[in-house]
Amino acid sequence: MELNRKDEGAWSPYVAGGLSGLVIIVSVLWTGKFFGASTSFVRSVGMLGKSFDPERVAQLEYFIRYLPKFDWQLLFVVGIFVGSLLAALTSDSFKWQGVPDMWAERFGTNPALRGIVAFIGGIVAMYGARLAGGCPSGHGLSGIIQLAASGLIAMVFFFVGGIIMTRLIYHGGNR
Amino acid sequence: MNAEMIYGLITGMFFGFLLQKARVVRYDKQIAALRFQDMTIIKFMMSAIIVGMVGIHFFEMFGLVSLLFKPVVLSENIGGGILFGLGWGLLGYCPGTQGGALGEGRWDSLWGILGMIVGAGLYAETYPFLVENVLGWENLGYLTLPQLIGVNRWLVIIVFVTGILAMFRWFEKKGL
Repeated sequence: MELNRKDEGAWSPYVAGGLSGLVIIVSVLWTGKFFGASTSFVRSVGMLGKSFDPERVAQLEYFIRYLPKFDWQLLFVVGIFVGSLLAALTSDSFKWQGVPDMWAERFGTNPALRGIVAFIGGIVAMYGARLAGGCPSGHGLSGIIQLAASGLIAMVFFFVGGIIMTRLIYHGGNR
Repeated sequence: MNAEMIYGLITGMFFGFLLQKARVVRYDKQIAALRFQDMTIIKFMMSAIIVGMVGIHFFEMFGLVSLLFKPVVLSENIGGGILFGLGWGLLGYCPGTQGGALGEGRWDSLWGILGMIVGAGLYAETYPFLVENVLGWENLGYLTLPQLIGVNRWLVIIVFVTGILAMFRWFEKKGL
């Protein structure tokens, strides 16, 4: 299958990645903040939960450890959306799409099937990220940059899990 | 919005811009790496890591930055790591970058974002059980690779960077 079709305007991943490394350095120098993302989902669900059942949220120990409020990281995650939107709109690479091409080739173009699987995947991935103590941003980028053993171990097993799952669902597929 | 939140927003915008430019937020790119078809996301990630690694440790020597990382807890890092990976293989987006996927119009990432909010709630609900039964097993503490091996960190950094550059060369040779 052809993955690299029509990708004009894409930057080299080495250049864009290296520049991201500089952004990380500036961020840590400037605010002391390392990249991370998964804690924001804890704070978000805490804030959502507070508007439905504030007593329940107040009871849960995990929301005492991670208070349901806006902080640097949550705005960082929002910023990723804004930055990507700006990059896409200014380079004509914005595309409204609910079923990825590779998915469609294997499983068809039904957005409901894709939605259900993505939703379940999201639940499992976030549960795993919180259990692991971080995601590919916190453990992967920030952890490995600091030569933390935890980051390297987690990142290896992120890939182990990911490779197992893609083997399972794309088995005998469109290689 | 306080200053810290504005800094977070600006930092995220730079990162999101670069992620989109390198096309790494897409399902096709993420899954292609897991299927060993296209290593774009690995190239991006490892480039960020080697630049960041050299810079952060350089400034740390002068006390300009302080390190902040998680302890090694094998039950959590391995169990949670595999679980994350299984979910990632289904979703094809990461917690941090799926906002970027939404930013370029890939709206199936909304389902992933919703799922992740539910997953975080589920984790908070089951946290007391996890504390009793899972968390903290095989806690080896705050370990770094140089400490584990017992050598100077710059030696580890040089070997790491060299290894990554060799991997890049191999990717390019194989057309990955």
